[in-house]
Amino acid sequence: MFSFDLLLNVVVAGVLLGGFYAAVSLGISLSFGLLDVVNIAHPVFVILGSYAAYAANSSFGLDPILTGVLFTPLFYLLGVAVYRVYYASFEKKGEESLRGLVFFFGLMFIIEVALLLTFGVDYRLVEASYIGESLRIGSIGIALRLLVPCLVGLLMTAGLYLFLGKTFYGKAVMGVSQDSLALRLMGADPIRIKTIGFGLAIATASLAGALLILIGPVEPSIGREYIGRVFAITVLGGMGSIGGTLVASIILGVAESLMSTFSGPSWAVAVSFSILLVGLAVRPAGLFGR
Amino acid sequence: MKRAVPLATGLGVVVVALLLTRLGGNPYYYFAAYVIFQYVVLATAWNILGGYTGYVNFGSAAFFALGAYTAVVLILQFKAPLPVLILAGGLVAGFLGLGIGYLTLRLRGVFFSIATLALAVVLQTMVVNWEYVGGARGINVVRPAAILWFRTYVEFLFVVMVLLAVVSATVAWWLQHSWIGRGLAAIRDNEEAAECMGVPTLRLKLFATTVSGFLMGVAGAPFPYYVTLVEPASAFDLNYAVNSLAMPMIGGTTTWVGPVIGAVLLGTAQQVATVTISSALNLLIVGVVLVAFVILAPQGIVGLARKVWGGRAT
Repeated sequence: MFSFDLLLNVVVAGVLLGGFYAAVSLGISLSFGLLDVVNIAHPVFVILGSYAAYAANSSFGLDPILTGVLFTPLFYLLGVAVYRVYYASFEKKGEESLRGLVFFFGLMFIIEVALLLTFGVDYRLVEASYIGESLRIGSIGIALRLLVPCLVGLLMTAGLYLFLGKTFYGKAVMGVSQDSLALRLMGADPIRIKTIGFGLAIATASLAGALLILIGPVEPSIGREYIGRVFAITVLGGMGSIGGTLVASIILGVAESLMSTFSGPSWAVAVSFSILLVGLAVRPAGLFGR
Repeated sequence: MKRAVPLATGLGVVVVALLLTRLGGNPYYYFAAYVIFQYVVLATAWNILGGYTGYVNFGSAAFFALGAYTAVVLILQFKAPLPVLILAGGLVAGFLGLGIGYLTLRLRGVFFSIATLALAVVLQTMVVNWEYVGGARGINVVRPAAILWFRTYVEFLFVVMVLLAVVSATVAWWLQHSWIGRGLAAIRDNEEAAECMGVPTLRLKLFATTVSGFLMGVAGAPFPYYVTLVEPASAFDLNYAVNSLAMPMIGGTTTWVGPVIGAVLLGTAQQVATVTISSALNLLIVGVVLVAFVILAPQGIVGLARKVWGGRAT
């Protein structure tokens, strides 16, 4: 039976989910959309962030989001290291299309299996005071474990938007894949800019991972479900547009929420894939593409 | 004359496999060898698109599982014989390759890769939700009684897989030496230049995707009879995606022989390692070896051998 209240609740949940998807996809928009580095391992870095939050939470009782923030410098350095290897081995030689992709695939596989060996196949979750709570506004119930990730996701989006639009380094990151010669003439080293950009992309994974484990339990292979999502969002959002990423995330969140309520949760994964395929076939430039 | 040599070698391999089963021996060896030859088919299939054309397919597991589940449906519906299963599994997977290729190959190659990556997850979800083929629990398939003069059905399947491996390698060899192979190599090296020189790039890419998907489906079709319990988790195992890409990368991607070498070496090593050490650690080793080869020896074992001997392998 169709009820307006149910529909409203589902849409609100979808919007909240979308805010969280934005947090997961920002890193891909940055690395794939702006830097032209096809980091298909990004979701697995997010899972790494989840397990960092889990480890800190279970041994020291730290708040997951606080852990996510604390770990960002470490993830930034990890990103810098990964990009250095990637640049020296592939990008410098112009071999990034085939071997670079395989490199990230291998990396994804190694991290996933390493997590599997360390933490096992069981689902892990975190504890925080606000996880079970929920707000009620009229007939709409808002679970805090969805609201908090959404708000943090929005903050991250806003922060990245300001960084890219207002600061010198941000503008340099925006321009590096378009015209690296012009960038060099401006007195900035493209490789250094790309290193910073990629480090930043991986740093977002630390926080996104903390949000992921707030929303629900996590196991090592769960990242695979997010590959379709993050790339659907990035393509739909117009490859590297931060505002576009947010809008596309919310569209996908609402679509998945509707799908899982009215056709069963297991079909939600298919939504992102259909959006990705149809998007690529019909409008590869995305909704907000140039 | 040049054409007769590989054909004779291929026939020879099949005859040797047949004779081996006559000699008997530990049944487990055939069980393990089946997997290795299955990887020869998968690695060769992957390489036709990945190595020759330069388009990375991360969804080998999806094509493999599609072949396996096509076979399951045909077994349940019609009790179809094995050759029909193999052909049908190949055709369905080939069509999937054609479809995905048609939607994404007109764009940059990475979009194809990303689509294949997501494809496995989506197909697995569909199979898990499809009760007719057993859903998440999987389904039991009754293996036919021993056939012809073979002691067990697995030994028969082993010979079938050897035959399929020889056929795949022959197809790869033929493609490499035909004008199609030269066209594919031109796409790999510089797609725009190839297009300008009159190479029908889109049609060739679609051809390669279809053939590659077909062979992966073929590799999956005998799977139900091999395992007898077909479940989504094992049919869509990430192992297939990783290995069918790691084996050509380790063996060498530009020739037909590279994937065969990679599959035999890596496949045998994994069969030994699964028995002696844990299978998760085994996977970790595959990942590390893959990344090491991609960074340090991009031309694979074939490339290393050429460097050492300075000659040209075929």
